[in-house]
Amino acid sequence: MTGGPARNAPSGPFGMDERRVSEVEGPLAVELRGIVKRFPGVVANDGVDFALRVGEVHALLGENGAGKSTLMNILDGLYQPDAGVIRIDGQPVAFGSPRDAIAAGLGMVHQHFTLVASQTVTENILIGLDRPRFRLRLARYDDEIARLAETNGLHVDPRAKVWQLSVGEQQRVEILKVLYRGARVLIMDEPTAVLAPQEIDDLFGTLRSMTAAGRSIIFISHKLGEVLEIADRITVMRRGRVTAAGLPATSVTKGQLATLMVGREVLENLERIPMPPGSVALALEGVEADGDKGVPALRGVSLELRAGEILGIAAVAGNGQSELAEVVTGLRPCRGRVLIDGQDVANRPVREAIGRGVSHVPEDRTGVGTAPNLSIVDNLIMKSYRASPIAHGWAMDMSAARGVATQLKDGYEIAAPTIDTEARLLSGGNLQRLILAREIDSRPRLMIAVQPTRGLDVGAIESTHRLLLERRAAGAAILLISEDLDEILTLADRVAVMYEGRITGQFDADEADVERIGLLMTGASAEEAGAIEAAPASRGAV
Amino acid sequence: MSAGPGRPSRWAGSLFSVRLEPRLYAPRWLSPALTIGAVAVALVLSGIILAVVGADPIRVYAHILRSSFGSIGVISDTLVKATPLILTGLACALAFRMRLWNIGAEGQLLLGAWAASAVVLLPIVPAGTPGFIVLPVMLVAGFLGGAFWGLIPGFLKARFGVNEIIATLMLNYIAFSWIQYWVFGPWTEGGFQMTKQFPPEAWLPRLDDLADTYPVLSGLTVHTGFLIAVAAAVVLWFVLERSAWGYEIRLIGDSPRAARYAGIRIARNILLVFAVSGGLAGLAGMTEISGVVHRLQDNFSPGYGYTAIIVAYLAKFHPLRVVPVAILFGALILAGREIQPSGVPAMIQGIILFCLIASEVFLRYRVSIVRRAPVAAEAR
Amino acid sequence: MIDLQLVAAAGIATGTILLFAAVGEILAERSGVLNLGVEGMMLIGAVVGYATAVSTGNAWLGVVLAMLAGAMLSLLHAVVTITFRADQVVSGLALTFLGTGLARVLGEGLSKAGAIALLPRLTIPVLSEIPILGPVAFTDQSILVYVGYLLVPATWYFINGTRAGLHLRAVGEEPAAADALGVNVYRLRYQYVLAGGLLAGLAGATITLAIQPGWFGALTVNGRGWIAIGLVIFAQWSPFRAAFGAYLFGAIVQLTLSMQLPPTILGFPNPFFEYHPNTFFLDMLPYALVLVALVLGSREAMRKRIGAPAALGIPYVRGERGR
Repeated sequence: MTGGPARNAPSGPFGMDERRVSEVEGPLAVELRGIVKRFPGVVANDGVDFALRVGEVHALLGENGAGKSTLMNILDGLYQPDAGVIRIDGQPVAFGSPRDAIAAGLGMVHQHFTLVASQTVTENILIGLDRPRFRLRLARYDDEIARLAETNGLHVDPRAKVWQLSVGEQQRVEILKVLYRGARVLIMDEPTAVLAPQEIDDLFGTLRSMTAAGRSIIFISHKLGEVLEIADRITVMRRGRVTAAGLPATSVTKGQLATLMVGREVLENLERIPMPPGSVALALEGVEADGDKGVPALRGVSLELRAGEILGIAAVAGNGQSELAEVVTGLRPCRGRVLIDGQDVANRPVREAIGRGVSHVPEDRTGVGTAPNLSIVDNLIMKSYRASPIAHGWAMDMSAARGVATQLKDGYEIAAPTIDTEARLLSGGNLQRLILAREIDSRPRLMIAVQPTRGLDVGAIESTHRLLLERRAAGAAILLISEDLDEILTLADRVAVMYEGRITGQFDADEADVERIGLLMTGASAEEAGAIEAAPASRGAV
Repeated sequence: MSAGPGRPSRWAGSLFSVRLEPRLYAPRWLSPALTIGAVAVALVLSGIILAVVGADPIRVYAHILRSSFGSIGVISDTLVKATPLILTGLACALAFRMRLWNIGAEGQLLLGAWAASAVVLLPIVPAGTPGFIVLPVMLVAGFLGGAFWGLIPGFLKARFGVNEIIATLMLNYIAFSWIQYWVFGPWTEGGFQMTKQFPPEAWLPRLDDLADTYPVLSGLTVHTGFLIAVAAAVVLWFVLERSAWGYEIRLIGDSPRAARYAGIRIARNILLVFAVSGGLAGLAGMTEISGVVHRLQDNFSPGYGYTAIIVAYLAKFHPLRVVPVAILFGALILAGREIQPSGVPAMIQGIILFCLIASEVFLRYRVSIVRRAPVAAEAR
Repeated sequence: MIDLQLVAAAGIATGTILLFAAVGEILAERSGVLNLGVEGMMLIGAVVGYATAVSTGNAWLGVVLAMLAGAMLSLLHAVVTITFRADQVVSGLALTFLGTGLARVLGEGLSKAGAIALLPRLTIPVLSEIPILGPVAFTDQSILVYVGYLLVPATWYFINGTRAGLHLRAVGEEPAAADALGVNVYRLRYQYVLAGGLLAGLAGATITLAIQPGWFGALTVNGRGWIAIGLVIFAQWSPFRAAFGAYLFGAIVQLTLSMQLPPTILGFPNPFFEYHPNTFFLDMLPYALVLVALVLGSREAMRKRIGAPAALGIPYVRGERGR
């Protein structure tokens, strides 16, 4: 595949390349025609067409569940289509496994990294290759990979074990994996979900230099702003179909894209009414805790949360926010004081936190928040089975339980055949509704919500936000931990930024701005963040 | 959702692949149908192996049926064999519900038998005490003995995370030697591998005892232990399905992380479940020595604790279903004593378990044969 | 007097049995598949090896067929757990039942004690001169013992120093990563489960053809398959530690056996000689030791936060995450 036209295009005010549509004509690197893929109960792809031109960044936009990942998994050889044609460089191909796709020059960087945590970077990159033939002598490959990394501006130590790397570094390993195999077409699946704003800029810079070198990139995302910034052309999917194909990025607005994505006018019209400051519901004083690997995860966290207030914790994955939620809910031991309504609850059993009216919407819906093979009833009573009306001495009143479950199912619109349906059969959005129903209906005074809208479609996101704000209006204190800065800025009254287990900055919502928060999320100190802001905007620079 | 490992094959010139696709739900008749089907397949396979080694499968199976259900007398004997199987089956079903693999029911049964014997042989209760005191004490001792033996692996698991499968198995072997010590040593009857016989007060009453009043009951060896076993099944059913503790067990079994998140104390439940499970198996030991052999002897159990695993699995861990399944396997064990070669009942049990778990795949997945249209032919 | 040299040498011999089974299980578990059917596979290997040697007079043929029998049994487990994605624990238990029962059926009528064609015993010329170690490790040991010596470093090197070993480890830790890069997770897991079966069958043949010849029903193996699985945990999935554990275990068992005979030990009356039933406590010792080894291994795993291969026991399905 030849490289596209030379690309040293200047950055416009929003970082978009100023370029005319006609420059992007050219041979097709990848073509998908009429792709159909069915799973039990759903048609994930319903006659989808997609064309990627050589040397371009083409965004595949759609909300969660629209079918984008399925389409790309077909392209990557993970799934086989039920119908349709795939052409690479004009030649029809059939991929039986990811190996075939790799051989054809495709490389996918998955949303959820597929890395062997206990092995080194080099070992991870070498998996599945024919070289080395027999003996595994890593030193030579360490050097080779180090050079490849430097050439592409992806800084990482090949000798490091993956579990020691930060999330951003792990993503670089994933990219190196495909580059090492000579990928000419890269498929990036929601790559920015786990990155701080500055890291996102670095990533975009890397992508642009790759297209300048002749590679073509498919960029899957549900984030409108980023798509407009990085993509040359945009294809929008909704419910398994394409609603707009190959739109030049310069020719659409955010609002138009949103409508194409969701099918109706999208206005998140949520009111955050001003609330008078209530009593301190939650206070942390100098809390320290260790993570799963024994490495310190919280290094002296202190914060306060009042009733009727949402405190948003902005942090990149792996900086202690998960451990923070666990310490408050009793799932992790800690040093220091954790005060709920003035009482120190640090290191108390989980049962006590639940008894005090603390609700926890966990990060892991399927592994922690629900029991997959138990019914909806059983999942809904998980926190309330010890109290009346369900408890009856040491027996349980099952009809009372079913009554409660029916009420919750209807009230929170959990879509499922019956209340006896097993939880694993529910979609992500419905599972979250189940969890929210359970955690909100108990009228909690303190709610810990961790990544509450991750992976949900727009409708579910809206209803989740609405429910959280309703609880806030009713006087609950909510600790909102989210990687989605937009969500935090929409919902939170105050924002605290975490980096490496410490709170590096706290703001009221009106003072918060994305740049400063982004800097703090990646480790700049408060003074640095202030200083950098004084200088001219540096976004987009590589 | 997965596409499974598709294997393209050529058949009548076209390409198709056999795939396993996840099922959204399974119709209610499917599970029992698969269970029956699996057992049937297992019996056929066992029959084939029997034929290969020179035995006549039809004769073997007919013999099993006759010698376990052929007459009232043998039905009674079958129920006698079923009694310890029900109790150990309940023990396994309870533990397995929580994904605690208690393979130690055999050892817990032995320790329960030992503890019950100790009541009479140490003695714990003075000689001459009437039956209505001795027997309940023996029951309690049997339960406690088994519970103690179950708490050891329970503690090791809760505290150190020790794999309970191996721990319980090792304890089985230790229990076996423990019994041997007492039976060949301090309690031995003239150096033979058994203790002296218990006094009649320590015998669980059997139907035959009523033969004077009801001559028709003469010779029937089924004893009160059977009633105790069935009662235990009902109690366990109630506890598992209707009590808060049963709910916790189900939740831990399905997702320990979710259970922890819900505030359930997992370590405490491990100990509790192992104790009750061990206790149930211990009861089996007590009823066996008090209702059947009336003494403690070496090797008095033909592997009830191991057969119980298959009973529990076949009953899908449901306490009430354990009873009929245990009766069927009681028949197998009863008749199996006379079958040559002697490994046949064990072999059949293994094949049944295998077929069962293999059949479960059809509960979670559907087999689909998909015709793959060759991609190159579709040009636009 | 207890001859420690004899005890050590015999310990290495019986330890070799455990070693083969443990190394086989390490390979299977490293690929992510738990195979609890080792006891059944060893019994099948034991009976097939012995029966073959008795009827053909060729002990080597017995070894080969024993290994094949173990592999065939493990194939059942592989199909059920890898292709049918059934629960690995229950399948392993079923395999034990099946193997045990089948072995007893096949072994019906085999003579109980055997002076049949055993495998040759060797003394290695130079190495047997080494002080202390020589007479124990290299003098008059069955040829299979020497095979054991070679197997351990070879396995270690295979796992840690070769490309195939890299794939083995990847498949056991994060099969999705291997799958995405084109490694055939299913095929590799089949291979290593079969390898485990081959070695378990070899372990069984080692008993009946080399170390403790004769067929004694289920007592032939008498729980050593389970001990081997416990050893794997103690060994933290390392072949060298498995070897250490196996030989140590064998030595301790031999020590307890030899403690039963002499009238006095270290000047004191021997309790096991005085009162025979006391020897039953010695019988318990190996199994109690395994419990100790399990506790040690588990505590270490908890401390170091490493432990089992991450994907051990979880069936791999492309596209599904976790259980």
